[in-house]
Amino acid sequence: MRNKQLSIAFLCLALAFMVACKGKPSDTQIQAKVTEQLSGMPEVTADVKEGVVTLAGNVPDDAARTAAETKVAAVDGVKSITNNIMVTPPAPPAPVVDTTAVPMNAAEEALRTGVADITKDFPGVDVKVDAGVVSVTGELSAAKWKTLKQALDGLHPKKVDAAGLKVK
Amino acid sequence: MSLQDKYKELIDTARSSGTDNLQVNETDGVLHISGEAPSGAVKDNLWNIYGKIDPNFLTGDVVMDIKVATAVEGAKLEVVTQSSNLNVRKGPGTDQPIIGKAGHKEIVSLVSKHSDQWWLIRTKDGEEGYAHAQYLRPVE
Repeated sequence: MRNKQLSIAFLCLALAFMVACKGKPSDTQIQAKVTEQLSGMPEVTADVKEGVVTLAGNVPDDAARTAAETKVAAVDGVKSITNNIMVTPPAPPAPVVDTTAVPMNAAEEALRTGVADITKDFPGVDVKVDAGVVSVTGELSAAKWKTLKQALDGLHPKKVDAAGLKVK
Repeated sequence: MSLQDKYKELIDTARSSGTDNLQVNETDGVLHISGEAPSGAVKDNLWNIYGKIDPNFLTGDVVMDIKVATAVEGAKLEVVTQSSNLNVRKGPGTDQPIIGKAGHKEIVSLVSKHSDQWWLIRTKDGEEGYAHAQYLRPVE
């Protein structure tokens, strides 16, 4: 009797050992690891079904899309990956009007794009960018000008020149 | 009087109110101030002091970029437009199609920051899209 109990206990242990070593990770376990791998990419979501991972979301470029797939492929238990991630490229740079001018550097271009995005919501003012300096002319209420100034300063221009601005 | 003296109260307040990574540099007659304030209230206070020293920010001798430390992923943000709704767009840029609106004073949540200017947000209806950070203020 004692012997039988011992052997059953031994069998249970052996079985547990085998399961622990050879058992495939469950979808829940895979999901947890995949989520951990993708923690730096909050715009990507993953769904796991029987070891097949479906990726979805929006990323700015192809590199990020591939990176997400590579990260997930490294997770133990993943059989295959369906990559449904969409690539939404960032806004194209504003066209250069003056073709005789020296080519703009990236910082100046980024500043122009940023200024264009911001000033769209402020009719009544004209905002120009030249060599890192932002010049504002026109007429605005004090509250609106404060909002505009805060947004423009956030683009790190060399200077925000409001000499031509009338604050109502 | 140097610019650092003119804006001494502003710099001292930024320092004493716990602004992280505070940087103050003078370049070509413009004082550049940047840092990360512990709350939206501290940021507002710094802008009020700036406006007191230089009424209506018209002199053009300061460029101040104060970010708010509480604007992290998952944070609640208030839509601080003048009165209108905030456009929520498919991608980061005003040339991107509008996919939804967030109401004036609506509370939305921050999903991630694409850049300092464009943040991915989720509205109370569960819509996700990009909005301009100038109209979003972290709720304390």
